[in-house]
Amino acid sequence: MSWEPVIGLEVHVHLKTRTKMFCRCPVGFGAAANTQTCPVCLAFPGALPVVNRIAVEWTLKLGLALGCEVAEHAVFSRKNYFYFDNPKGYQISQYDLPFCTNGKVLVPTADGDSVVGIVRAHLEEDAAKTVHIGGRTGRIRGADYSLVDFNRGGTPLVEIVTAPDIGSAEEAKRFLQILRQTITELGISDAEMEKGTLRVDANVSVRPTGSKELRTRTELKNMNSFTFVARGIDAEIARQIALWESGGTVRQETYDFDATTGTLTPHRAKEEADDYRYFPEPDLVPVEPPAELVERLRSELPELPSARIRRLEAELDLERATVLVTGGLDRLWGDAVAAGTEKIAAANVIANNVVGAGLDAAAVSAKELARLVEARERLPRAAFDEAISKLAEPGFSADPYLAQEALSDENQLAPIVARVLEASPGQVEAYRNGKEGLLGFFVGQVMKETQGNANPRVVSELLRAKLK
Amino acid sequence: MAISREEVLRVAKLAQLALTEDEIEQLTDELGKILDAVSVVAELELADVPPTSHPLDLVNVWDEDVPRASLPLEDVLANAPQAENGLFRVPTWRQ
Amino acid sequence: MAPVVDTLRLTAEGAKDLLERGEVTATELRAAYLDAIAERDGELHCFLRTTDSGGDGVPIALKDVISTKGVETTAGSRILAGYVPVFDATVAARVKAAGLGLLGKTNTDEFAMGSSTENSAYGPSRNPWDPSRVPGGSGGGSAAAVTAGLAPWALGSDTGGSIKQPSALCGNVGLRPTYGSVSRYGVVAFASSLDQVGPVAKTVRDVALLYSIIAGRDPLDSTTAELPEAVRLPEGDSLAGIRVGVPTELNEAEGIEPGVKAAVARTIELAEELGAEVGECSLPRSVRYGMPCYYLIAPAEASSNLARYDGVRYGRRADGASYQEMVDQTRDEGLGPEPKRRIMLGTYALSSGYYDAYYGQAQKVRTLIIEEHREALEQFDVLVSPTSPTVAFEIGERAADPLAMYASDLLTIPSCLAGLPGLSIPCGLSEGLPVGLQLIGPQFGENLLFRVGHALEQALEYETVPERWR
Repeated sequence: MSWEPVIGLEVHVHLKTRTKMFCRCPVGFGAAANTQTCPVCLAFPGALPVVNRIAVEWTLKLGLALGCEVAEHAVFSRKNYFYFDNPKGYQISQYDLPFCTNGKVLVPTADGDSVVGIVRAHLEEDAAKTVHIGGRTGRIRGADYSLVDFNRGGTPLVEIVTAPDIGSAEEAKRFLQILRQTITELGISDAEMEKGTLRVDANVSVRPTGSKELRTRTELKNMNSFTFVARGIDAEIARQIALWESGGTVRQETYDFDATTGTLTPHRAKEEADDYRYFPEPDLVPVEPPAELVERLRSELPELPSARIRRLEAELDLERATVLVTGGLDRLWGDAVAAGTEKIAAANVIANNVVGAGLDAAAVSAKELARLVEARERLPRAAFDEAISKLAEPGFSADPYLAQEALSDENQLAPIVARVLEASPGQVEAYRNGKEGLLGFFVGQVMKETQGNANPRVVSELLRAKLK
Repeated sequence: MAISREEVLRVAKLAQLALTEDEIEQLTDELGKILDAVSVVAELELADVPPTSHPLDLVNVWDEDVPRASLPLEDVLANAPQAENGLFRVPTWRQ
Repeated sequence: MAPVVDTLRLTAEGAKDLLERGEVTATELRAAYLDAIAERDGELHCFLRTTDSGGDGVPIALKDVISTKGVETTAGSRILAGYVPVFDATVAARVKAAGLGLLGKTNTDEFAMGSSTENSAYGPSRNPWDPSRVPGGSGGGSAAAVTAGLAPWALGSDTGGSIKQPSALCGNVGLRPTYGSVSRYGVVAFASSLDQVGPVAKTVRDVALLYSIIAGRDPLDSTTAELPEAVRLPEGDSLAGIRVGVPTELNEAEGIEPGVKAAVARTIELAEELGAEVGECSLPRSVRYGMPCYYLIAPAEASSNLARYDGVRYGRRADGASYQEMVDQTRDEGLGPEPKRRIMLGTYALSSGYYDAYYGQAQKVRTLIIEEHREALEQFDVLVSPTSPTVAFEIGERAADPLAMYASDLLTIPSCLAGLPGLSIPCGLSEGLPVGLQLIGPQFGENLLFRVGHALEQALEYETVPERWR
């Protein structure tokens, strides 16, 4: 029996507005506990919310970028539940009339574009932060008491819900990379999972391949990188398949995925489903986005990542195009190629070396980068690496580096090559027996002996000749 | 229309109210009577009538994204039943 | 020698005159009221606490649901015992800015839920006309204080009649403003789409003056709007050109005492003598379905608004081994029976499976009620009815029967649901107790209400001092 996964994602995006969603307390990290609070976000008696206009505008922008329809009449609703991080006893969110619905994101894959439907994107406020004291891991289990800091409470969040259109953990990862790139290019959020400005929950189920049924799904939470999301999804898919195949049934549960151990831990089962008793927020009036605003926002959208990947794919390949676009590197690439350098080489250098050096792509001089890419085979490795590391400095010129030449004299290199091969007879034998990947090892050894100054291409040719 | 004891307990749980036995009995009786009285709204056929959430017809009321001073910490904690190091202290969640 | 201030008879406008003419200083004026409180409030229990908070104008009392910075604010509940706000409600800030010093906080039914002030966790207030009777509610403290000369004027809050009905039972003037004309910021919330803060005083002009101080858009309250026209203090005694509508259902409802009906009928005749065109009209469903609609919407909103009282950040906290236990106990111990009833009712009406039939349906009924009032107010400038079906009832008489208590608001509720302003003026006595006349106007029609109310008031020559003190 073969199975196919059915995956949907819920993504929370922390908007980087200056103030909170329903009050004008500043939003920012690192402030001392409870020093960015006011009667509204502390839910003092009589306090009332007032909408942050920019948060609304950014939500509309994001919805449009995700291909959504913008509501003509949107309403905030109360989601009622008790928890320490929820001071009003309800969260102001959206329910039946959200800002954005019915969008889609194209995830380019080798077999064509995969369409991931966006069911809705709505605006809400974030909860406060709680620290649990006395337990083993600082988590709630076994804690003696808890301490609450309301600084984060009230931060604007956009919640994006996808349709269960994602067919694999890998696709989920690609989708998230494209989503993240879209969000950061709009300038509305830093969208970093490690910092908590992007949070992802996955809804996972499986079904027999080709069927259209939707079986019970589980929810995965608390994963803090795209890689961990993918791993968590894979682990859950495996667990569910094993369960179905052994005659068991999947129950609707929530799991935390621990990436270090690869284990899925279920949350304690609830006795009954939550009843949030949603109703329209009476302290806020509806929002009817003016048509001119929506059109202006639509016209200001940049060319979106999915489209750019497809465009670049024609000139490179899907893999490289995806890496460049989702890394925000494609503009630099385009400029470098325009400055006169070979496409694939430029892509490789940018994706590997520029990224490896941790450079800010926007600060890199495309022209100087192009010159380095062109010369990369004849430059000593050390010189090349150093030049790359300084590429983002203002006024950088490749001139001093281009003057250097890698050691290419075969007469000088041949004895070194011979010495290296003599010192590693085992690897030589392995290479001759088919492990051709070991060439890199030998090149590395020669580079070590020449302090990185040898011309790697010449070295490779010499080695190949000697190893025949 | 009466309301069952189970319903009263379910609602009390949602409302985070630890009712005493007397209260449960009394509320079961009173709520039953009140629900009887308010259920008369069901007599009306209102399928095509839009609901009203706000008696005053306003839309698009909002503020610019400009920060205002937050409360000083001593004001924030002035009425706190229990505070520790600038945070609100509470018993922890029962698992 | 200090001037003698007759607080029982002095109006706010009169007090303002005294101050402006230099006949009395603000300090002396405040002292006179504090003396009156010392003398008469032991019996009446209008005030939960008094203060002597400065100000160079006419002092004022505020209902204890209004947050006052540095002054304890309990909303009549144990759960907020000892709670001292660190900020002023907008209305409190506005009266302060106008120089009106705070005399104290007045008693209220707990969380403004009630029609007699008997639900206050701090004991009931008493009607100055007859202390064995209720002053009305939830704002009984403010209304009784004004009639008893303990404050020249006061602010109350009205959700289903909590300003109008106490004014009717205590024999003074109370305005429930157009929804959205006065800020709710800092006012302990009961039902968000219904609550409004409003003035209580001895005369219509006083009420108009106080309204002009508090009304107008507040950027901190998204449900407020700018007044379309400035407040006009009423003058004149003619009602020529005014069309007065008499909705049958409000005036013939079951439960209206004959003495109340008679006083209202006489006043309607008086209106005609003053030149008004009086005619009958109908609000076919607003009365029959008004109370059920209100007792679904208000408790639903209240159940959510009161969820913040959990012992975490302020107010009373009970012991508990866990968070859940602490919150459960805090709420059970701190909240009284009426809030509990309404929280339970509201939670039920919103809960899964019941929303459509209850809260959802009530919101649609509300649309009908708004529509009926709008139609009636196209034919007429103001609508008139008794404010309360009965005169003040005895303390304890209805306390054990929630539905009987709710019936007190039968006539005030419909226009509240419609968000319309309502002015209650004293129009006579029945069995020696005050009867109130309710004038309902269109949205932002306060100036019209003041004009009609003032003309009637002049013609009625009603005496606000209770007979036993004359």
